[in-house]
Amino acid sequence: MTVHARGVAPTAGGPVEDAPRDTGEAGGVLPPGDPAPRSTARGERDGRPRSSGWLPYALIAPAAVSLLVLLGYPLVRNALLSFQRLGRIEMISRATVWTGFDNYTELLGDEAFWTVVVRTFVFTAVNVVLIMGLGTLVGLLLNALGKKMRLVLSLALVMAWAMPVVASATVFRWLFDTQFGVVNWAMRTLGFAGYEQHNWFETGFSTLTIVTLMIVWASVPFVALNLYAGLTTIGGELYEAARVDGASNGRIFRSVVFPILKPFFLITTFLEIIWVFKAFAQIVALNNGGPDRGSETLPVFAYIEGMAQMNFGVAAAASVLTILILLVAMSFYFRLILKQEEEQ
Amino acid sequence: MSNTTPADPVGAPVATPLRRPSSDGAAKGAAKRAKRMKSLRGGALNAVALVLAVFFVFPVYWMLSTSLKPASEVLTETPTLLFTPTFEHYGTATGVDMFWTYVRNSLTVTIGAVLLALVVALAAGFAIVRMRFRGRKGLLLAVMMAQLAPWEVMVIVMYLIARDARMLNSIGFLTVIYFVMVLPFTIWTLRGFIAAVPRELEEAAMIDGCNRAQSFFRVVFPLLAPGLMSTSLFGFITAWNEFAMVLVLNKDSEAYTLPLWLTRFQSAFGNDWGATMAASSLFAVPVLLLFLVLQRRAVGGLTSGAVKG
Repeated sequence: MTVHARGVAPTAGGPVEDAPRDTGEAGGVLPPGDPAPRSTARGERDGRPRSSGWLPYALIAPAAVSLLVLLGYPLVRNALLSFQRLGRIEMISRATVWTGFDNYTELLGDEAFWTVVVRTFVFTAVNVVLIMGLGTLVGLLLNALGKKMRLVLSLALVMAWAMPVVASATVFRWLFDTQFGVVNWAMRTLGFAGYEQHNWFETGFSTLTIVTLMIVWASVPFVALNLYAGLTTIGGELYEAARVDGASNGRIFRSVVFPILKPFFLITTFLEIIWVFKAFAQIVALNNGGPDRGSETLPVFAYIEGMAQMNFGVAAAASVLTILILLVAMSFYFRLILKQEEEQ
Repeated sequence: MSNTTPADPVGAPVATPLRRPSSDGAAKGAAKRAKRMKSLRGGALNAVALVLAVFFVFPVYWMLSTSLKPASEVLTETPTLLFTPTFEHYGTATGVDMFWTYVRNSLTVTIGAVLLALVVALAAGFAIVRMRFRGRKGLLLAVMMAQLAPWEVMVIVMYLIARDARMLNSIGFLTVIYFVMVLPFTIWTLRGFIAAVPRELEEAAMIDGCNRAQSFFRVVFPLLAPGLMSTSLFGFITAWNEFAMVLVLNKDSEAYTLPLWLTRFQSAFGNDWGATMAASSLFAVPVLLLFLVLQRRAVGGLTSGAVKG
C-alpha cells in the first residue's frame, strides 16, 4: 500500500476552494481498539489498515441519521403523499386514501398548472440570463477598476448580497409603494406619465418583474465577486501575451478569460438555475403569489395549493414534479463538480 | 458560497501600451494620446462603477434612512434627503407585543441549529477526511446533494409530518430542521478545513503522548477556529433568514421568528413605513455587520498560514 493520497474533493464554491488536499487521507488510521496508539502512530504509514473498525461509523452516525430522518424520510413521504387523496375531509378523519396517479392526471390536465410551469421556466431563464450577464460585466469591471473604486463597488455589492431576502422584500415593497414610493416619485421626476399612484403589484407580470429585479439585484454580487476572485488567479502575463499578439479586450475575454474560467461559468449558471427555480421567499414575501395567483411559480403554487386550498395530495404531486425538474438541473451541476474534482 | 475577499487588492492586470513608436516626436504624441485615452477610459469606468455602487447600495440605504426619518417626513410625495435622525420608529418596532419573544426565538433556532451542526459536522468531517470506511464516497455524495435540498418545495410534507408528530409551533422542531438545513454545507466546508491541517501535527502530538482524542482537541481543534468561524457564519445567516419553513410550521404568533414577524408586521402596520423599515433594519443589520466583519477574516484565516509553522 502506498502513501499516495487519494485527494480529497475540493469544495467548489466554498470558502476553502483550494485547501491543500494532499494532507487528507495521506496517513492511515489507528486499528480498531488499539490499546497503545503511541506505538503505532508512526508505523501505520506502511501498514495502513483498510478499514478503521467502528470508529468512523460512530463519528458519521449522527450526521447520517439526521439527514436520513429529516431529509430522506420527508422526500419519501412527499412521494407517497402525491399518490394519496388528502383534502379537508381526510385531514380531519386522518384516513389514508390511495388514489394512484389521480393527483398527477388532475395536475397535468389543468391549464392553470401549465401556465405556472411555463411562467416558472420563463422566469428562471430571464433571471439567470440577467444574473450571469450582468454579474460577468460587473466582475470584469471590478477587475479593471482602481483600488479605491473597487473597494467602494465591492462594499456596495456585499451589502446587496448580505441583505436577508425577507428584509429586501419589505424594502422593495416600500420602494415600489403606490402612494409614497420613491420609484413612483423618480418616474414622475424623470417625466414619465402615469406614475401618480401607480400600483406596481397590480398584475402578476408586474409583480414578477419586481421579483426579478430583486433577485437580480441580490444575485449579481455573488457572480461578480466570485468572478473577480477567479480573475485574480489568472496571471498578468497571460493578458500581456495576448495583447502583444494584438488581441482586443473582447477577444481576450473570449480566448483567455472564458476558457480558463469556463468551469466557474458553467457551475455558477447551474447553481443560479437551481436557486431561481426554487425561489420562494422572494415571491411569497413580496406579494404572496398574487394578485389572484398571478405571480406563482412552481414552488409557490405547491405551497398555495396545499396550505390555502387544502389539496395536500395535489400539492405533493406538484412538489414531486418540481423536485424532478430540479433534479435534472442538479445532475448537470453534480456532473460538473465531479468532473472538476477529477481534473484536479 | 463565500469565496470572496471584497477588499482584496490583488494587482489587477492593467492594459499597458506596448507599442514602441520609432521616432521621438511620434513617441511623445502617442504616449500622450495613450495616457489621455487611459485616463478617459478610467474615468468612464469609475463613473459606471459609481452608478452601480449606488444601485446596489440604494435599497439598504433607503431602508436605514427611512427608519431614521421623523414620521412626518416618511410619507411624503417628494422624498426628503436631509432630516434630523430620530429613533422613534425603533421604539415603535421594539415596543410591539412579544418583540423580545421573536428575538429570543430567532436566536434560539439559529444558535441551536449552528452549534448542533458544528458538533455533528466536526465528527463526520473528521471521519471523512482522516479515516477510510465503507460508504465514505456515498456519504460524500449524499452530503453534496443535500446541500441543494429543495426545502422550499418540501414545506407541505414538512407541515404534515410536524402535524402528525404534534410539533407545529415548536421552536425545538424548527431548530432541528434548521440544523439539518445547515448540516450538509457545514460538513462540506469543515472537511476542507480539516484536510488543511497537516496530519503530521497530529502525529507529532501523539508521539508526544497525546491519545487520539487529546491530539484532536489540543492540536487540530484550535487550528480549525477560523474554519469554524466562517462556517458558522454562513449557517447562522441561513437559519436567521429562513422563511419558508417557519411560515408553514409556526402559525402561532408566540412561535414566530423575526422573518415571519417582519412580514406580519408589514401587514399589521399598514402604512407606517418608518416603523416597518425600522423593523427591517433591526432584522437585517446584524447580518450585514456579520458579513462585513467576518468575511475577510474567515477567508484570510485559512490562507494566512496559521498552519505553516
